[in-house]
Amino acid sequence: MRWALGLALAGALLAAPLVAGRYELSVLILVFQFVLMGQAWNLMMGYAGQLSLGHALYVGLGAYVPALLWLHFGVSPLLGVFAGMAAAMLAGAAIGWLGLRFGIEGVYFALLTIAFAEITRVAFDHLPVTGGAGGLFLPVTPEGRAAWWMLDGGPVFFYYVTLALAAGATGVVAWLARSRMGFLWRAVRDDPVAAEALGVNLFRARMQAILVSSAMASVAGVVVAFYYRNLFPSQVFDMSRSIELILAPIIGGLGTVLGPVVGAALLTPAGEALAALVHRAGLDAPGVKAVAYGLLLIAVIWVRPSGIWPWLARRLGVS
Amino acid sequence: MSALLEVEAVSRRFRGLLAVDAVSFGVDAGELFAVIGPNGAGKTTLFNLIAGALPPSAGTIRLAGERIDGLRPDAIAARGVGRTFQIVRPFPAMTVRENIMVGSLMRTPHAAAARAKADAVMERLGFAALADRPAASLTLPDRKRLEVARALATEPRLLLLDEVMAGLRPTEVDAMVATLRAINAEHGTTIVLIEHVMRAVMALAGRVLVLHHGARIALGTPAEVVAEPEVVRSYLGTGPVH
Ligand SMILES: Nc1ncnc2c1ncn2[C@@H]1O[C@H](COP(=O)(O)OP(=O)(O)OP(=O)(O)O)[C@@H](O)[C@H]1O
Ligand SMILES: [Mg+2]
Repeated sequence: MRWALGLALAGALLAAPLVAGRYELSVLILVFQFVLMGQAWNLMMGYAGQLSLGHALYVGLGAYVPALLWLHFGVSPLLGVFAGMAAAMLAGAAIGWLGLRFGIEGVYFALLTIAFAEITRVAFDHLPVTGGAGGLFLPVTPEGRAAWWMLDGGPVFFYYVTLALAAGATGVVAWLARSRMGFLWRAVRDDPVAAEALGVNLFRARMQAILVSSAMASVAGVVVAFYYRNLFPSQVFDMSRSIELILAPIIGGLGTVLGPVVGAALLTPAGEALAALVHRAGLDAPGVKAVAYGLLLIAVIWVRPSGIWPWLARRLGVS
Repeated sequence: MSALLEVEAVSRRFRGLLAVDAVSFGVDAGELFAVIGPNGAGKTTLFNLIAGALPPSAGTIRLAGERIDGLRPDAIAARGVGRTFQIVRPFPAMTVRENIMVGSLMRTPHAAAARAKADAVMERLGFAALADRPAASLTLPDRKRLEVARALATEPRLLLLDEVMAGLRPTEVDAMVATLRAINAEHGTTIVLIEHVMRAVMALAGRVLVLHHGARIALGTPAEVVAEPEVVRSYLGTGPVH
């Protein structure tokens, strides 16, 4: 049952570009990006119990660093992604060190993550090398020939890239959840005092979660940069980005492997469909998606406080 | 026998209150040692000082000759001190087995080995049937047993048990006493237990330390301390005796 379900889903996802149009593909690409970012955030919050409201920082660094390396030095984003990862991990380490060294926890830690993202946004707005507030534009390959090693391609190409990343991230989380590190993260999340008495080094466990999470989030940045091909600090590092990416894991189920997947699969298409509907009705309501997300979040937390996936898994008998 | 734990003139002050007042004692390797005293005597605070959850205000604590006062709790745990919490602290979202695995993961990097170890500990404490239950769903006596199981899974040299028999039925107390005896005999695990259940103290402990208002008022065999007039006055006469 479980295997049949999984195989059918994998087959459908692999074959989707054969039947899906441009619009449907763009929505699916968005879904996969949110799966990737949601998995990254879920590691830190759902597994290690550390609330970050500044994950746009890691995604943004993961976008800007490979983009700049490519623009100025012609470095392939397939290599640049690692530089972006390093930058994001460095930022994560700085935030983590401050938070852990000075015992800043819970909502105060979340404020710290917001502060770092905001500071970076302002800095990037004024730095000439990042293109400043005017933005950074990534031209398509001059000869007009798509090149996979430069992450230059159409929607079908990015469909498979983001699908692979989302699946990879989910696989990594599934593996981590069963690893020693994952166990210790959950223990620290549930009761840091008890965990410490059982020999868990709180600083190390929390720092590991921050580093893995920021690294994973930065990978989503490469897609942001090379798929959309323009970057503005005011968008990339905006707090609404940080908020948006935490909705899927919360709605799907914190601290579960498939929660972020289920959450993104429901939320993103619903939001896009709603926006399209409002647009077609001739209304100009840019905030409609945010309001809808907010209402959905309240509804889910109301009826399924631990998220949709744990409940769905029981229903399907696959938990 | 050599002293495994040496507590020397240890004090802990909470603002105006001297919760532990210049307490000294030693516990030999392999000993079964009890700490008793009325509510608020400073027993749990003493454990917190030994396990590193709180730093002492004064005094030194040695484990196998090495100073451990001032170390972090995880460092002290790694040196072989396992402790339980009087106010139980399970990992609520994790299953019973996973809770215990966190303990065994201190000694093994592999989840599979940790799992096998956790299963053995559960078998030993007689709640293998609860393995897959979330810890949040356990009754209080089972949570107390989970505390013991988790600490045991770290393979401690010194096991600090804080009122793990409170709320157990007499037959369960006897079973726990037998289990602790067996663990002590097989692994040479040194056990220091805080206990109000005098039935367990008398059956288990070779020596007993009595605290009152943070200070040591008696130290000796169970028969010796219950004969001390000050112990009778401050504790046995008034405190809960089961
Ligand atoms: N973290 C703390 N901050 C302030 N006071 C504390 C703290 N911990 C304990 N105390 C106080 O220290 C004294 C000793 O408390 P402790 O918990 O060690 O007693 P106990 O002997 O374990 O009592 P019981 O038998 O009720 O468990 C009490 O007066 C308590 O209120
Ligand atoms: Mg106590």
